[in-house]
Amino acid sequence: MFKRLQADTRKPVGIFVDGTAVTAREGDTVSAALLASGLDVRRTTAVSGAPRLPYCMMGVCFDCLVTVDGTGNRQGCLITVREGMRIEIQKGKREIGR
Amino acid sequence: MSAGPTRSEYDVVVVGAGPAGLAAAATAAGAGLSTLLLDENAGPGGQVWRAIDTTPVRAPDLLGRDYWAGAGLVAEARASGAEILQGATVWGLDRNLEVAVSIGGGSRFVTARRVVLATGALERPFPIPGWTLPGVLTAGAAQTLLKSSGLVPEGRTVLAGQGPLLWLLAAQILRLGGGIDLILDTAERANWRQAWRYAPGFLFTPYFAKGLALMREVRAKVRVVSGVTALSAEGDGRVERVAYTAGGRRETVPVDTLLLHQGVVPNVNLAMAAGVKHAWDPIQLCWAPVLDETLATSVPGIAIAGDGAGIGGAPAAVVRGRIAGLAAVEALAPTAVRRGPSMETLRVARDRAERGRRFLDLLFRPSRAFRIPDGDTVVCRCEEVTARDIRDAVAIGATGPNQLKAYRRAGMGPCQGRLCGLTVTELMAEARGMTPEEIGYYRLRPPVKPITLAELADMPQSESAVRAVVR
Repeated sequence: MFKRLQADTRKPVGIFVDGTAVTAREGDTVSAALLASGLDVRRTTAVSGAPRLPYCMMGVCFDCLVTVDGTGNRQGCLITVREGMRIEIQKGKREIGR
Repeated sequence: MSAGPTRSEYDVVVVGAGPAGLAAAATAAGAGLSTLLLDENAGPGGQVWRAIDTTPVRAPDLLGRDYWAGAGLVAEARASGAEILQGATVWGLDRNLEVAVSIGGGSRFVTARRVVLATGALERPFPIPGWTLPGVLTAGAAQTLLKSSGLVPEGRTVLAGQGPLLWLLAAQILRLGGGIDLILDTAERANWRQAWRYAPGFLFTPYFAKGLALMREVRAKVRVVSGVTALSAEGDGRVERVAYTAGGRRETVPVDTLLLHQGVVPNVNLAMAAGVKHAWDPIQLCWAPVLDETLATSVPGIAIAGDGAGIGGAPAAVVRGRIAGLAAVEALAPTAVRRGPSMETLRVARDRAERGRRFLDLLFRPSRAFRIPDGDTVVCRCEEVTARDIRDAVAIGATGPNQLKAYRRAGMGPCQGRLCGLTVTELMAEARGMTPEEIGYYRLRPPVKPITLAELADMPQSESAVRAVVR
């Protein structure tokens, strides 16, 4: 959906999206890395199961909610990627304990 | 858990490290007050100077001079002695000036003698059919991706809406080598009738020449359709087409990314949760806090600076931040040595920075069609409540936004009304034949950002807090 600048010289950071290895860049937010990954990273809502992607990218809309290293409902647009981070795309409602 | 604040009490706690918050913190700390600056993002700058330390877009002309102007204030705040914490989400503030903040998965309270809220603005809701489809984002979102990660939209891209940010974003995307297929301009030509008498004031601001240059730069490369009166995003599982009406004709164009924008409004959640009195601004069509000339709110000790005090733009936000910071210094350390400008000088600077704003407010006033939706258009994105649901609730007795929660859960999802609140107020006001001021707004309460129950339970407890609930 979004493409990177060729002039971007930031260091690569390896993360996993539903188990698939993705190369992000140092300083990317989780949401930015997902939108640049080329993968289908649509979550589905807890209310109707409708597909969504990030909308505001500034912490107010909560359409970027993802599971990060096992913790659910994190705002992907406010979290910076770290080497080895495991992202899971949320489908529908959360489960208890996550 | 990341390192939290080094102390439990401060003279001044500032929330938000955009232009206003940086200026307030630098002014307070510069006069020797113990100052804590809390900011939710990974780095300082707010939205306008987002990622100023880390952006991969280094060539100065790409993001423009107004972006790099933030570097000086960031350096000043860092040198001022203020303690600056990034990744710090403030989720509570009360009349005792107790600030609840979450950092690295752990929460704690800090108390302040003065609080300056500099939580800025957010983009006005743009509730058109299909605005929840994947591939529809705000223009601000695209600009954030561009500034912080050097990303530009790929594929067929359409920008729709109005206002200065839309044109700035378009220019920035083009400068970075991105493509824009079409701009759908929703500005109402009739707005000139109200705006023109404020034009002379605007002509003497830097915004005038900059705005014209940006529009020229963009129009030379992109097809622009003006006078758009209806918009909808369509597609199966993601946006595939945008349909629009201009000059009475309906057209449909294929699209991969649709970017929406129709101005910004104050982000009121934390201030309202603290009990700060707000009033409806009938010109900017939003809630704004009731403030005195030093930006003090109705809650003693709490001031609001920046766009959260009413939209004024970045240069005005810097001056407002200095005013709020200096007011704290005058109250807490009247004899402190001050290096910066006097309050009198700042008031003059504020008037100058806010000049021309009325013209922009009136010219880019969004039309009813894009503020008060009809039919099955989603209003509350979180709980998926439509305009029809809300009108039906009014028909069977819902009187205002708070009663509506019981009928439809509107505003009760994680965004806590940030993306639906203004629409709900205006829609219910229209449906009931009342003013937005009479209809009111959601009653907001902490936590204003969601935290886990485990985080809440794990908070350090004071003896008095335990005694208040344990018998």
